[in-house]
Amino acid sequence: MKKIKKIKIKINGKIKSIIEDSNLSMVLKNLKIPLNKVAIELNEEIIDKKKINKIKLNKNDKIEIVHFIGGG
Amino acid sequence: MEAVKLKKDSLIIANKKFNSRLIVGTGKYKSMSECAKAIKLSGAEIVTVAVRRVNISDKNKPLLMDYIDPKKITYLPNTAGCFNSKEALRTLRLAREIGGWKLVKLEVLGDKKNLFPDMIETLKSTEVLAKEGFKVMVYCNDDPLMAKRLENSGADAIMPLAAPIGSGLGIQNKINIQIIRKQTKLPLIIDAGLGQASDATIAMELGCDGVLVNTAIAKAKKPFEMALAFKNAVIAGRQSYKSGRIDKILMGNPSSPSKGII
Repeated sequence: MKKIKKIKIKINGKIKSIIEDSNLSMVLKNLKIPLNKVAIELNEEIIDKKKINKIKLNKNDKIEIVHFIGGG
Repeated sequence: MEAVKLKKDSLIIANKKFNSRLIVGTGKYKSMSECAKAIKLSGAEIVTVAVRRVNISDKNKPLLMDYIDPKKITYLPNTAGCFNSKEALRTLRLAREIGGWKLVKLEVLGDKKNLFPDMIETLKSTEVLAKEGFKVMVYCNDDPLMAKRLENSGADAIMPLAAPIGSGLGIQNKINIQIIRKQTKLPLIIDAGLGQASDATIAMELGCDGVLVNTAIAKAKKPFEMALAFKNAVIAGRQSYKSGRIDKILMGNPSSPSKGII
């Protein structure tokens, strides 16, 4: 059996291990992120939410997922 | 008796019409449900919101959008916590990406203690945002010259502070606010520093188009009652401003006729 390789990425400042060759869509799905209520940055660039299943993640990628919270 | 009919008096920001002249913040409440109820009582149609990281370890945490429907209430994303232009632009570009928000509140702070705005960074950011198609409501200090510069840079609303954010001190410089009122046709909204309902009335009587309140409602002992008080105060102040106040005179002037005194 082929061994599953894992890579480390950072999501909202926290280190996460993900399966190599994962795309962004899979990672967000695993985290149960409600896509219509968030915005996503990959390495400080805003990502078009419609294209997330085409974006492959690499080692040390930095993802930021933000939403609206209470504020003045 | 014929009822007094008041002319329709909407607040127009970036071509959008609003009936309420009270904008409220959604921060500092004890819970999301308390926040939602206070907003409802305040009658506000615009609420400010902050952009922050999603909590990825607690997926069941309640979301603001589940309590305040962005289809019914206009969300005004802010840049609170940003201390330079780069951070503010990044925040608002992300905010726009969440769901197409173009109307935003720009707030670039310069000092962590007094929370005064850094007007140089604010001005730079306004220019960039206006060019990118944002409708920018700008938190600023009460300096008429800076307000003019913001207007020339493409701001959609001028939002001078009454006093430091969260201070509750009320309007400290009425003269500056009046000068800004005279020089601009843009919506003029007092943002930050109000402490009680009468402060909102004073702002409206100075000719402001609206007020933005967060702490004074959220941290009042009875936030629901205070939300209602601010709603009424803004309406009262606006009506008073539109009604044309009497001139001030030094000496007394009797209200009853002096003729026919027995």
